[in-house]
Amino acid sequence: MRGKGGLMALLLVVALVTLLAVGCGGGATEPNDGGQALEVIKVASVSPLSGPQAGMGEPIKLGAQMALEEQKAEFEALGFKLELSPQDDQADPKVGVTVAQKLIADKNVLVVVGHLNSGVAIPASEVYVKDNLCQVSPANTATAITDRELPIVNRIVARDDAQGPAGADFATNDLGAKKVFVIHDKTTYGQGVADEFKKQVEANGVQVVGYEGITAGESDFSAVLNAVAAAKPDVVYFGGMYPEGSLLAKQMKEKDIAAKFIGPDGMYDPKVIEIAGEAAIGVYCTSVAGDVTLTEVGRAWADRYQAKFGQAPGSFAAYGYDATNVALEAIKQAIAANGGEKPSRLQVTEVARAIQDFKGVATDVTFNVRGDNKDAKVFIYEFTEMKFPAPIVKEIVAGDYLK
Amino acid sequence: MRKVVIPTQLTESKIPFFLACTLVITAGPVFVVFPQSPAAFFTFLVSLLVLYKMSIPVPLKLVGAVISLGIIMPSVGSENGYYMDVIIQVGIYVALAVGLNIVVGFAGLLDLGYVAFYAAGAYAYAIFATSQASNFIPAAWATFPVSGNWFWLFLLVGLVVGAITGVLLGFPVLRLRGDYLAIVTLGFGEIIRIVLNNLDKPINITNGPKGLTPIQPPALFGMDLSEPIHYYFIVLSIIILIIVVAKRLNASRIGRAWAAIREDELAARSMGINLLKMKLLAFASGASFAGVMGVVFAAKQTFIDPSSFSFMESIGILAMVILGGMGSVAGAVIGAVAVLVLQLQILKELSEYLGQLSAAGVLSIPSQLDPAKYERMIFGLILIAMCIFRPQGIIPAKRQLVRLRERVRDWRAKREGGEDVDPA
Amino acid sequence: MPQILLDGLTLGFVYAIVALGYTMVYGVLKLINFAHSEVFMVGAFAGTEVLLFLHAMGYLATLPPAVALICAMLIAMILSGTLGVFIERIAYRPLRQAPRLVPLISAIGVSFFLQDAVRLIEGLWKNAFYLTAPTLFTNKITITPTLSLPVKSLVVIMAAVTMMVFLHLFVSRSKWGKAMRAVSQDQATASLMSINVNRVISLTFLIGAGLGGAAGTLFAAQYSLIHPYVGFLLGIKAFTAAVLGGIGNIPGAMLGGILLGLLESFGAAFLGVATNGAMGAEYKDVFAFAILIAVLIFKPSGLLGEPEREKI
Repeated sequence: MRGKGGLMALLLVVALVTLLAVGCGGGATEPNDGGQALEVIKVASVSPLSGPQAGMGEPIKLGAQMALEEQKAEFEALGFKLELSPQDDQADPKVGVTVAQKLIADKNVLVVVGHLNSGVAIPASEVYVKDNLCQVSPANTATAITDRELPIVNRIVARDDAQGPAGADFATNDLGAKKVFVIHDKTTYGQGVADEFKKQVEANGVQVVGYEGITAGESDFSAVLNAVAAAKPDVVYFGGMYPEGSLLAKQMKEKDIAAKFIGPDGMYDPKVIEIAGEAAIGVYCTSVAGDVTLTEVGRAWADRYQAKFGQAPGSFAAYGYDATNVALEAIKQAIAANGGEKPSRLQVTEVARAIQDFKGVATDVTFNVRGDNKDAKVFIYEFTEMKFPAPIVKEIVAGDYLK
Repeated sequence: MRKVVIPTQLTESKIPFFLACTLVITAGPVFVVFPQSPAAFFTFLVSLLVLYKMSIPVPLKLVGAVISLGIIMPSVGSENGYYMDVIIQVGIYVALAVGLNIVVGFAGLLDLGYVAFYAAGAYAYAIFATSQASNFIPAAWATFPVSGNWFWLFLLVGLVVGAITGVLLGFPVLRLRGDYLAIVTLGFGEIIRIVLNNLDKPINITNGPKGLTPIQPPALFGMDLSEPIHYYFIVLSIIILIIVVAKRLNASRIGRAWAAIREDELAARSMGINLLKMKLLAFASGASFAGVMGVVFAAKQTFIDPSSFSFMESIGILAMVILGGMGSVAGAVIGAVAVLVLQLQILKELSEYLGQLSAAGVLSIPSQLDPAKYERMIFGLILIAMCIFRPQGIIPAKRQLVRLRERVRDWRAKREGGEDVDPA
Repeated sequence: MPQILLDGLTLGFVYAIVALGYTMVYGVLKLINFAHSEVFMVGAFAGTEVLLFLHAMGYLATLPPAVALICAMLIAMILSGTLGVFIERIAYRPLRQAPRLVPLISAIGVSFFLQDAVRLIEGLWKNAFYLTAPTLFTNKITITPTLSLPVKSLVVIMAAVTMMVFLHLFVSRSKWGKAMRAVSQDQATASLMSINVNRVISLTFLIGAGLGGAAGTLFAAQYSLIHPYVGFLLGIKAFTAAVLGGIGNIPGAMLGGILLGLLESFGAAFLGVATNGAMGAEYKDVFAFAILIAVLIFKPSGLLGEPEREKI
């Protein structure tokens, strides 16, 4: 088999056999439309499932999977077989576009729940829009996502320019900050929300004593923290995700920096306590996810999630779950409007945008004309003890910041 | 000049040859009939490889290639945008692999920061084809974004920007050898990426991590060319051009100088080869291909940010060159096709299929074992296996000894006949 | 200012111990072992699992932390050392006659495989693949009111120096070390001198990967958060450090690591001040790479590397 012709001959034979199979089988993946078989409706979840960002992307898929399995019976009663199509975009825009094309080509896919990264979501949504495939984003906060005013793009989370300013107002009004230090992780998300925070605190008359970027994926932040120590701020704001944020909080404490620490929803995760340890106490997070354990429904949901997947749900699991339920709600309404028949993608897209007062476990959802969630509230959490979920110390309606 | 026929096992017996013909003739039509079938797509690609390897006259091969790539693929692509997109991505990487092959394969200079040139081309177009450029160019001079008609000019700009970046990198570092050169190119690639990621202040040039969007699609005679099929033909024409240029370069005096440098730098220098000039030329021509493709990539994606130009990307392109067979243009092409089709199609379809089996209750796969998560792991295994079983690459470079010896003989014969001929 | 120096040194020693592994293998085989960062990661997971086990059994409270750490390091070294030998056997040895760049690609294959394999194992076992190592050393030595050094950083520095000294002595004094140097100069001649080349190479991988495992455990103890992709960025930095010092040279790896750590630390602290805010800490890697390029232009084989002699 080491010979040159050997490999070629092997390839040739394999190719011929598959060709034969295609010819006879009529294409292995062609759906065989039997008379009594249920019509298939697919919901796709797209997020990074491999690579360094899988830790954030996987809960989205698990949330989607849970939502789908819970509604399976209901759809069967309507005469449809509900399927999840989990996709891995590897947090790579190039792969994201390919996945988008793949979903477009699969006519059974009616809604996409994704992506994690705004940098992937933007080029992918340019593909979805070509065939009116509705997208409900569980995680993208960049302003450019909905500012392009595509009819298909909706998101249930708050925009950077709602969450950042909400954190900024909290820092000025409630924490009485006079000097703040802003750190971000140089990603679309982290810098986006940190910039909005900075804008708002400056407008509030607070002095910004430092604005520095770190590299996502690194573990030693002492260099930046030395700058923080020298600037002596009252509040440190970090735009980024929990792995780096927790390490920052931990290393800040080791350096005896007494400043208060605020992060965005990427920081609101059970792992913060595990990673930062004692240093987690006193960390504030802004998040659009409400405390699921405050309501009966939410508690039951968290328990189900824990039982099913063996881990406590973080924000992304809740967002994934809610976004999928919004998607399924839109499909159901579209089926009803279509007289019980399978709706077209355009119909689903139109219905989705009109969704009103949807009650999710993490957030209520009403989309405005651009697909932003009017009902998104920004909650401020404070880790007061080593326990997740942390108590809510303040509640701000994000809609107030929507232009 | 006589044509040297290199015998392959395909021709040694009639049966494989007959099978090959059957495959080549039937794969296309089957793909047209079943445009959604992954297996048909796979056999279609294999049939192209078989066509290339078959011992039939070159014009026949060309006819086959034109039918496959010019008619069958576009007609399937209009039916199934996914395969079209895979093929366009493949095309972009084919160009990158052929370009990197000039540096690594022809001239033997290990470059781990090749993606920097690609980034340079992409940003060159993206900055001017979005409103970004108005941040630092007064509106009185020009308004941005420029229209899609400029795309064609920017292909040239990308070429020039790529070449200039290549020379800029080349000048200081070409004194370095082997792995030291590798780490410097790696550092250079990272520097470019980090700078692109940070040039949103003090003057906002690249918009930092937020990226640039929406990038104008190319336009021709007032018509926007934003459909996959348009990109398909743009990419296809550029690839053909690039492959021809690369092949011509390799067969020229320059190509032989590169080979000499690759085999033994010292001997090459003593033969009178200008090392600096030749190495710079390798860097510049490799980089210019990447620059051009960067422009196409930016237009196709409509959004770019620095995360598309990471070190892993450089490594990925290098993997294509080495797996395909270093120093061989056909190898680079096939390496790129193999790696990307594996990554973007075969592994994805496979995990999809397993996922469906699991959903249907045939297999029970716990969520920790979800096949979609392990595409990269399987890809890693395949990389190792390919290295072990075909260390010289899928299509290794043929030593051109035979041909050269013949040329020298021709030249001698002519010289004896009184003619004065340049051996080159 | 002195605080920046201390922090830079700590980071530098972390780079240095990872760089030792790259330099070992390169010195003998002239091979950039790109999978070393994953061997390091496996070591970090093994060490952390041992510490977590000790923690769960309640030994961690009673044992002196140094003993617990050494225990974890030893197990991690054995595991990753064996892994290193396996990698060499499977992915590199069949390629010894292949073109020089091919092992690079199989190394990348090994990297991809190990990353997701560890994730798979941890996912099945713990249902999570971000692990947090228990904190061993919490105190710190206060030198002046504004200057302090955590004990855990001191541990890293001491361990790194010990490992380097041991390694240097091993390579320069022992019989096996002599054999390694012989293989590094000329494999064919070495085998004629009745040196078992394969065994020497296996030993090189055993030691190099074992050091990677120890480095992983130290890393986990220092920074506590680890995940399957933690090795990638650190690997690039450590490789850079090895080249900066002169790859193949053991004190060089140490020097390169420390220099890189200091460059980053000072770069992050002063770039913003020096450029009046136009370039901040985010340019620290650019700064470090630029210095690397500058050093290599003037000293093409690194700071302590022997200049390559051209045979004429």
